[in-house]
Amino acid sequence: MKLITPSLLLLTLVICSANAAEFSKVQTAQSRVSFDYKQMSVPLSGSFAKFAIQARFDPAKLSASQAKIDIDIASIDTGNSDADDEVNDKLWFDTKNFPTAGFVASSFKALGGDKYQAQGKLSLKGKIVDITAPFTFKQNGDLGVFDGSLNINRLDYGIGTGIWADVATVANEVSIKFHFVASSKK
Amino acid sequence: MNTAYTKIAITLHWLVALLIFSAFPLGLYMSDLKFSPLKLQLYSYHKWIGVTIFLLFIARLLWRITNKPPELPESIVAWQRRAAHAVHHLLYTLLFLIPVTGWLMSSAKGVPVMYLGLVQLPDLLGKDKALGNLLETTHSVLNYLLLALVIMHIAAALKHHLIEKDETLTRMMPWLKKKTL
Ligand code: HEM
Ligand code: HEM
Repeated sequence: MKLITPSLLLLTLVICSANAAEFSKVQTAQSRVSFDYKQMSVPLSGSFAKFAIQARFDPAKLSASQAKIDIDIASIDTGNSDADDEVNDKLWFDTKNFPTAGFVASSFKALGGDKYQAQGKLSLKGKIVDITAPFTFKQNGDLGVFDGSLNINRLDYGIGTGIWADVATVANEVSIKFHFVASSKK
Repeated sequence: MNTAYTKIAITLHWLVALLIFSAFPLGLYMSDLKFSPLKLQLYSYHKWIGVTIFLLFIARLLWRITNKPPELPESIVAWQRRAAHAVHHLLYTLLFLIPVTGWLMSSAKGVPVMYLGLVQLPDLLGKDKALGNLLETTHSVLNYLLLALVIMHIAAALKHHLIEKDETLTRMMPWLKKKTL
């Protein structure tokens, strides 16, 4: 009995620390940032090829968790090859003045089960807006998989102005999707 | 021997002709525009007209299977009959191939067809830029072939009407005959 109690304690400690791993080694090659939108009511999807993520996420220590994502806008694939050359234009992303977009999560909240939400600031084309991004987090051995989406209105960020402001041609609503994979290996 | 096209055949013929005379210049015009909302709108309208032509083609095919077209006037010599039939068959083939290449091109380019903004056609191909460009060229070449055939077709119709003064054109345009009677 004297021996069993401490070894049980040790066991629970080991299990806890295995559970409460910190996921910080982002596997960029397996991660994706994509978006869905409508053009002439046709659903299209695009993605960004280049982005950098710095994250430390521990579901057991949400208050100490943080995440920062930087997206290289010029690496866009709009889903319509004719449109890819246009995005650098002033009316769209004006990549000369605003080459990157970013999201910095300042707080995380558990919503029950594998659901969480991140609160933070999205900076896009020089505008900085507070947003909330819901996501799911699934642990698979050493790997943590984050899947989430957030809906924005492109016109709030001045994306597609002038002749492009007409939302009947390119819809205002854009749904940004992210799929991040991070390892907890030290 | 039947010598007249049915009302359905005549209506379909002229409806398709009218739509082709809109889709063709629209296709040329829109593809030269610089990227703009107008361009995106015209692409959609072009696709809608093209899909409508495809649906009317299917209706025409059904008519053609269930009805024998009228014999050409006796006066027409054998090689011209063969030429007329060959051109008609090629026209039917193009009325199938041009919309289909347009549809496949749209899928390959990653911009599926939303017919009339309501019904999305399935993608028969995945997104593939190189294939999209190949289909674009094919669509364009088939269109120039169509243009050449339609010019021959019209020239032949006019020749029959104006030089040979036979029934060929009035069978497809009965209202012409009524006026001259
Ligand atoms: C019989 C029906 C059709 C006709 C007569 C027609 C005619 C044309 C013509 C003349 C062009 C311009 C080609 C060039 O620039 O050399 C064109 C381009 C095009 N057509 Fe069609 N078309 C038809 C059906 C369709 C359909 C059904 C679709 C799609 C569902 C379609 C999609 C396109 C597209 C996307 C282009 C632009 C290619 C580019 O980016 O340059 N077309 N068409
Ligand atoms: C893009 C335009 C057109 C297309 C695709 C087209 C196609 C066809 C086809 C496939 C047929 C054969 C119908 C059958 O017997 O199954 C036909 C017949 C005919 N078309 Fe057109 N056509 C076009 C424009 C015109 C125009 C502009 C004229 C007049 C100037 C014309 C005059 C005729 C006549 C007279 C016939 C009947 C020939 C006969 O009696 O055998 N077509 N057309």
